[in-house]
Amino acid sequence: APIPEPEAPVKTAAAPEALDGGIIGAAHADNGDTKGLRFGLGRGALPEEIAAWNLDVSPDGTGLPAGSGNAFDGEAIFEEQCAVCHGSFAEGVGNWPKLAGGDGTLADEDPLKTVGSYWPYTSTVWDYVHRSMPFGNAQSLSVDDTYAIVAYILYSNDIIDDEFELNQDTLPEVVLPNADGFIVDDRAETEYSKWRTEPCMENCKDGPVEITMRATVLDVTPEEAVEEPAATDPAPEPAAAVDPAPEPAAEPAADPAAAPAETDAPDPELVAAGEKVFNKCKACHQIGDGAKDRVGPQLNGIVGREIGSVEGFKYSNTMGSMGGAWDAETLAAFLADPRGTVKGTKMAFAGLRKDSDVEALIAYLSSFSQ
Amino acid sequence: AGPDPLITEVQDWASGFGHGVDEVPYGLPIKFEDDVIRRNVEWLTADTISSINFTPIHALDGTITPQGCAFERHHSGAIELSKPDYRLMINGLVDQPLVFSYDDLERFPREQHVYFCECAANTGMEWAGAQLNGAQFTHGMIHNMEYTGVPLRTLLAEAGLDAAGDFKDKWVYVEGADASSNGRSIPMEKAMDDVLVAFKANGEALRKEHGYPVRLVVPGWEGNMWVKWLRRVEVMDGPVESREETSKYTDTLADGTSRKWTWVMDAKSVVTSPSPQAPIKHGHGPVVITGMAWSGHGKITRVDVSKDGGMTWETARLASEGQDKALTRFYLDTTWEGEEWLLQSRAIDETGYVQPTKAQLRDVRGLNSIYHNNCIQTWHVKANGEAENVEVS
Repeated sequence: APIPEPEAPVKTAAAPEALDGGIIGAAHADNGDTKGLRFGLGRGALPEEIAAWNLDVSPDGTGLPAGSGNAFDGEAIFEEQCAVCHGSFAEGVGNWPKLAGGDGTLADEDPLKTVGSYWPYTSTVWDYVHRSMPFGNAQSLSVDDTYAIVAYILYSNDIIDDEFELNQDTLPEVVLPNADGFIVDDRAETEYSKWRTEPCMENCKDGPVEITMRATVLDVTPEEAVEEPAATDPAPEPAAAVDPAPEPAAEPAADPAAAPAETDAPDPELVAAGEKVFNKCKACHQIGDGAKDRVGPQLNGIVGREIGSVEGFKYSNTMGSMGGAWDAETLAAFLADPRGTVKGTKMAFAGLRKDSDVEALIAYLSSFSQ
Repeated sequence: AGPDPLITEVQDWASGFGHGVDEVPYGLPIKFEDDVIRRNVEWLTADTISSINFTPIHALDGTITPQGCAFERHHSGAIELSKPDYRLMINGLVDQPLVFSYDDLERFPREQHVYFCECAANTGMEWAGAQLNGAQFTHGMIHNMEYTGVPLRTLLAEAGLDAAGDFKDKWVYVEGADASSNGRSIPMEKAMDDVLVAFKANGEALRKEHGYPVRLVVPGWEGNMWVKWLRRVEVMDGPVESREETSKYTDTLADGTSRKWTWVMDAKSVVTSPSPQAPIKHGHGPVVITGMAWSGHGKITRVDVSKDGGMTWETARLASEGQDKALTRFYLDTTWEGEEWLLQSRAIDETGYVQPTKAQLRDVRGLNSIYHNNCIQTWHVKANGEAENVEVS
């Protein structure tokens, strides 16, 4: 086959005329003739392949699949899939995003930006939940569950009632409160004209220059970067509009060996099933080689480990003072109903509904000895 | 002082062997430089899986950022995607939707360009006041690399754009292969201009944390649009208004309204040395003030430096002529006799844009913008040579 000529570069670069569409139009005309210049690389995408990846949803509802859900059904799904980070009422846990509240705060000193107070389009919520959530187990939610979860988030923001049936027709009609709260970038008019001036070189300020604020007063810089750690006073809260971090991660366990237990090796199929269940835990817990404490403690050797015993991890008072060891029985009770079993536990997970999931998860956890 | 034993006595390294050529097949920096690393600010985010770290710009010189210490930003962790497993789909308003393998991409005519990549949130923690005490933390969400890749317009043309009709109101939607997908909408004009589908940086394959094997390069525009592990480009008749371009990467003004589509990174500069992590440790006399400047609008044409908090300015020396949408290194070769400095730098680009002060930015935007803080930074250099992040009147 003849070697194709390299394509002529489309001349739309830096020239300001490119913005009025004139040159773009010309470029497009050129492209109409590029058939002979094509390289013949790649292959046609199959309809099933496009369907698998082309999941984005636009504000007018384009891309929404058939299905439905309401907040009443969504509450239980949200509790199981989302509440561990976003709270049972979408109010957020620790530094994780708050999804509800903040109405009318956008002009405040510390605005609370949630789906209800800030997001402009309902489609974005559906699109993001469906494609990127839950954190650590993305693309696992069914279409109906996604509608139900989005309905629950909208309900938590007092935007719809708990019987409102959210589907591909009704969703684009739900207008979020801040839909009109955005303007297209206007820096060219409001800023550039002011600042494209000849800069001052001498006597540029009226009075003597004085220091008005110092970073060391706040002292939120990570310590390893500071030459001489100065302040003995406790550090004040950082000034940024983010919540304080969760507890710092502790050192990795001294011997995080992940060798399977030598005796009573659990059923490999059960372990494999448990690994899938563990996806629900991953946002907060690590297990295996090099596992560290995160929102929850690392779980190496959890089966048989003393309850509340990971050094440096801040347990709830209840968990820290329970005593005893985790065995299959206590773990099963806790995993099925964490907050019912250990009152006051920090673990926000709602619990596993299926006994078979509990059994598989414990088998999986057992495969990581201390 | 007597003679220096490092000179008068035969040292081990001057008499015995060093490492052989097979000792380190792919090298890391020598151990004496092991503090020059990316660092995280723990309280910023809930979890390192969806977080950011910072380039140690205070310890670097020149303009090219080594990949190994170039800042990382992930929304669902840095994934391992091999070249054989890699697929890039072009779909939407094209004549023939296509799938490319990694090998396909290397068969298109390719280009090389040096571009900076700056997170829109760089310096974002400083809106409310001087907060983090180091250039790495105030300005380290930036890197500058030489990319090799295929222009996006070449791949779009391969799929055929007759179906797109008039480009004027068309967009491309780009997304990654990771669990976050991090989708962003880019106007067709930009997609057909200088956007690059890149597979090499600084001569070597992209690092995992920068999107191996293929990432998007969107010159001069905020880093969030530089989608890593690029898996799909869809030609569309409107923006998707995804999570990353609505709830994030929009800039809230004082009255509560928010700017969207604030893609361009305006001209900016910072003195990297001396700075809080790079104090003056030598005595009085000659000292090199250095830093870097960049603009999403084009080339840097000039950088001014002030030692007195902006009262008087002198023009610095550019290490080389400014390049389009790439970092420029500047130097001011001067002397220091222990006097206190309020050290600032001010970038000017080829459009005549002059880097603003914090006060100028706050006048227009208030304190809640989070993103696009390109203010003039001040370091207070003290009599003992230490430096601190401060704000001045």
